[in-house]
Amino acid sequence: MSAPSVPAIEQMAGKGAARAAARKRHIEGGSRRPGWITYVLLAAVLVVSFYPLYYTFLLSSSTSQNIARHPIPSLIPEGHFFDNIKRVFDSVDFWGATWNSVVVATITSVSVVLFSTLAGFAFAKLRFRGRGPLLIFVIATTAVPTQLGVIPLFLVMKNLHWIDTLQAVIVPGLVTAFGVFWMTQYLESALPYELIEAARVDGASMFRTFWNIALPAARPAATMLGLFTFVQSWTNFFWPSIVLRSSHATLPVALSLLQATYFKDLSLIMAGVVLSIIPLLVLFIIAGRQLVAGIMGGAVMG
Amino acid sequence: MATTSSPSVPDTVTDDQGGRQRRRVGFSQKLGRLDVKLSPYLYISPFFILFAIVGLFPLLYTAWVALHQWSLLDGEGGWVGLENFKHVLTQQYFWTGLRNTISIFLLSSVPQIIIALIIAAILDANLRARTFWRMGVLVPYVVAPVAVALIFRQLFGDPTGWVNEVLSWVNLGPVRWGSAVLPSHIAIATMVNFRWTGYNTLIFLAAMQAIPRDLYEAAIIDGASRVRQFFSVTIPMVRPTMIFVIITSTIGGLQIFDEPRLYSQTGDGGADRQWMTVTMYIQELGWRNQNFGRAAAVAWLLFIVILIIGLINFAFTRRISSERTKAPKRKKVRA
Repeated sequence: MSAPSVPAIEQMAGKGAARAAARKRHIEGGSRRPGWITYVLLAAVLVVSFYPLYYTFLLSSSTSQNIARHPIPSLIPEGHFFDNIKRVFDSVDFWGATWNSVVVATITSVSVVLFSTLAGFAFAKLRFRGRGPLLIFVIATTAVPTQLGVIPLFLVMKNLHWIDTLQAVIVPGLVTAFGVFWMTQYLESALPYELIEAARVDGASMFRTFWNIALPAARPAATMLGLFTFVQSWTNFFWPSIVLRSSHATLPVALSLLQATYFKDLSLIMAGVVLSIIPLLVLFIIAGRQLVAGIMGGAVMG
Repeated sequence: MATTSSPSVPDTVTDDQGGRQRRRVGFSQKLGRLDVKLSPYLYISPFFILFAIVGLFPLLYTAWVALHQWSLLDGEGGWVGLENFKHVLTQQYFWTGLRNTISIFLLSSVPQIIIALIIAAILDANLRARTFWRMGVLVPYVVAPVAVALIFRQLFGDPTGWVNEVLSWVNLGPVRWGSAVLPSHIAIATMVNFRWTGYNTLIFLAAMQAIPRDLYEAAIIDGASRVRQFFSVTIPMVRPTMIFVIITSTIGGLQIFDEPRLYSQTGDGGADRQWMTVTMYIQELGWRNQNFGRAAAVAWLLFIVILIIGLINFAFTRRISSERTKAPKRKKVRA
């Protein structure tokens, strides 16, 4: 902070100019910080983000009688959390549902990343007839409400005898238009033609060029795409709720079955909610930074 | 190109490396050319094949199903023309569903965009621990809509719940969140807002950080206050991003299912379908009533509604962008 210069600027160009200069310094790595009001407001935003989750934990450590008695739970949890968790495992196959969710989300994200990067590599760096129109088609399909095709999709799955199997949920999500578009955009700027040419001159085939050159170059964007796909797949409910029964439920489906059966037992339901939230919360602690960067990077891309 | 093929090349024939060197080169050359020509199509084909099977075909075939009597168990039962559409359009529940969908959509998208803009403006400062704050607003995004619905249905308990208890402190309520039309829509919209506001905040924040700081300096020299800067510099500059967010939230918002489905234990959208959305109606017709023909008709009607609202958006976008030719127009991505 160069304190003497602020009044000097104020005298010369008015109060606002000093602030402008401060702003400029902040861009140049200066240390002008916003006031405490900003932090208070942000803290309030965080309370709104976190309180519902903590509230869920409070209810899950309580009993249904206490929940009915106190609409606003005290901030100190009661001691029934592990009892309720145990009851969740006794009432539905929660391990099974978690395992199903892991399988579905993992296969989906690996596949989306691989196929999207492959297509993105072709769209961004290879020359072929129809490239432009095909890419526009891909972008246009991101705006198509494909969820409305559930009825024929269900008929397809029925004919394949895939109802109540995990592949009915996995296969439709193996590659997405969004992923292809995302990787195309990234590889356009991140992968220099020189690298591809060098590999080709060395005699590498197209696929080898992809595998050894494009895939490593795509890693940052691929990681983000994988994370977003994982979250999306993990939280997906509409289609799984239609094709899956209790025997192959993913977590959201299991949760809806739990609440439909034990709707009076609130502490039990809330314990189920807590259990379903924990895995992604852990993922968020590990990779939340990447998710933030992905959303912000996506917004200024193009 | 591929003539100087090294042994490490996987897709050339490596067995006959011995005497027939000359023919091998000719063969691999041909292979190499084929590789260059076909590879791009091969690489993009997974998307197109999958989209054709699970995206385009079902959407078009929905129209075919809608023109037939079609039951979940017995399958196709003969051509009925527009009968399904006629039937559905005279159903009270269809119009109730449409009203609920649009109402919940407006109640979720409008406040959400306003709040996200404000939080983004607050975050757009030289904050301490900036990653912490950014991650903090994104936390709700990783909570599944089903879980969000179960949490908020409890917060909005009717007649005694968290929200009603707080309202009673100021002598309001109790609000009938669990039965009245508008309150239930507000509760469901709150679930959507909880999950997506932080996400959109970060999109807006990124757009705000791309605004050249000179614009703010010029505004400050002209004597603009912070609020004035927000409305005269920030908002016009993030307008293209706003349009992007509005369009994506339209497509998603009009298909809303998870939150209203889990809002009550039975999942039918209330005794009088106070919060049943069109997508829930599709599910009810198709899987509870086992009438695929009518469900498909509703799916197509919703498709048309989304198309119309999308076109309105588009016209709106063009008007704004022709008004503000100075603002750089970018294509934005949403994960």
